[in-house]
Amino acid sequence: MLERNRKLFPYVLILPAALVMIGVVFYPFIFNVILSLSNMSLRNFREWQIIGFDQYYKVFFEPSEPSFYTVFFKTIIWTVVNVTFHVVIGVMLAMLLNRQIKGKSVFRTLLILPWAIPQYIVALTWRGMFNYEYGSINLMITHYLGLPAVEWLRSPTEAFIAVIITNIWLGFPFMMVIALGGLQSISHEYYEAADIDGASAWQKFRNITVPLLRPVMIPAITLGIIWTFNNINVIWLVTNGGEPADQTHILVSYVYRAAFGLYRYGYAAALSMVIFFILLIFSLTFMKRSQATRSAY
Amino acid sequence: MRNSAKFKKRLADTIAYLILIIFAVIAVYPILQVLSISLRPADRLLSTSLAIIPDDATLAAYQELFTGRPFLLWMRNSILVSFVVTSTGVALAAMAGYAFSRFKFRGKNFGLLSLLVTQMFPATMLLLPMYIMLVKLGLINTFLGVIIIYSSTALPFCIWTMKGYYDTISPSLEEAARIDGCTQFASFYKVVLPLAAPALVIVALFSFMTSWAEYVVAAQVLQDTGLWTLPVGLQTFQANMSTEWGLYAAASLIVSIPVVILFLALSKFLVSGLTLGSVKG
Repeated sequence: MLERNRKLFPYVLILPAALVMIGVVFYPFIFNVILSLSNMSLRNFREWQIIGFDQYYKVFFEPSEPSFYTVFFKTIIWTVVNVTFHVVIGVMLAMLLNRQIKGKSVFRTLLILPWAIPQYIVALTWRGMFNYEYGSINLMITHYLGLPAVEWLRSPTEAFIAVIITNIWLGFPFMMVIALGGLQSISHEYYEAADIDGASAWQKFRNITVPLLRPVMIPAITLGIIWTFNNINVIWLVTNGGEPADQTHILVSYVYRAAFGLYRYGYAAALSMVIFFILLIFSLTFMKRSQATRSAY
Repeated sequence: MRNSAKFKKRLADTIAYLILIIFAVIAVYPILQVLSISLRPADRLLSTSLAIIPDDATLAAYQELFTGRPFLLWMRNSILVSFVVTSTGVALAAMAGYAFSRFKFRGKNFGLLSLLVTQMFPATMLLLPMYIMLVKLGLINTFLGVIIIYSSTALPFCIWTMKGYYDTISPSLEEAARIDGCTQFASFYKVVLPLAAPALVIVALFSFMTSWAEYVVAAQVLQDTGLWTLPVGLQTFQANMSTEWGLYAAASLIVSIPVVILFLALSKFLVSGLTLGSVKG
């Protein structure tokens, strides 16, 4: 009797969470797979049927403006630029904060603020700051630098740069905090030994800091890449849904537009599946490659 | 020789301060900007002045927000939704995480792996099928609808975090409690759960933030003004930049301050939870 109870206990604990997961994750996932093989749209909302891989074909080959490949390319630029800046700024600030300086905790608190504010507020605030006439960015450019104002939100390239600036601003504190945690766990003795050997600052950074920081940063970077790749809030709210003329989408916002702007449900579901596989393949290879570093933990 | 080393250190310190100050200003500036706009009188919203505290500062926007707009209603809606998502999320994750951490059972690895895979779902992938399900179930325009969707975003991460934390608590404590005659559930509830308080706090903060600051889902599911949560309401203020920018600014400060304080107080735990979850993943 007792023995049976003991075996049942974990199932009892898991059951509520499992039921919720089946209802809100697994079932919708299967439904999404079915949708991606169907012709469902607002017009065929009730009389939809399975039509095979047509929607996937459309994702890759249907001529559309912007095309899947353009958006995919932009997503990669978006992810790489953002994460690179996040890591470089984050690690640099963490190294500065790791010195013996006064007011450390004040700086730390101020620098963490962009991460603490709700993302949608950050996005909407920066949208205001990028306003052509009254936004403070253009005011500063014209007042202090004496340069002509920039049409931030009205032309595709500038709008894309504006979103990237916003996202860099809100993303560096995460990397900074992670890197600071990593730096604090590096023993001073390494640096002292290096000093005795007469190592330069660059040599110390290259041969002590980087290798010892790597195991901490790699999982954070993996997470950062997935989050950035998937971040619809910032791009959607800063560009007000892909303005101008759907030229500023990344893949996730492009799906959102196909589903809730154009009501092409089957197509949006197929596109989602494609993005999912891209992320899955990336994560699996990245995690496998960092397996070696993980054993260092 | 010693002097030059000292000078070098001084120079390095000065540069360090300079960079830190520049970045601190960049980090704080947009927030001051919002403060500034919230204090402007309504006829001077579109000002080209760069002063932080405007000359004729007024609290009119705050007053209008509380008395003339459904701001308090949206806040109540947001609190209600966040509260339900947080409490169910924490309860379910605390139990499921414990099972994953302590027991061997059929389907355990499959369960853990599928939780991890959900983190690679594109943000919009579950939204579309769930939206269609909600339409068919008649749950569009209800709080239950958004609550269901939010629980799917937060739960997997919460279960992983709880499991990671339980793994660091020694099982010998429960064994001792069991020898003293505690039931399995009592040893979990009375011995392990209190020790896992830091993880519970992280999980609660995370679930709360996912629902408190979510725009994309709420904008599709909640259509009546009276049902809006704060993000949807604030977005409409921002959209009417010429007339309601001050309201937007005032509202976003009020919405952010409690979250920011909470976040700063808990940021240390949050980071350890994040790295723990991902490293063990």
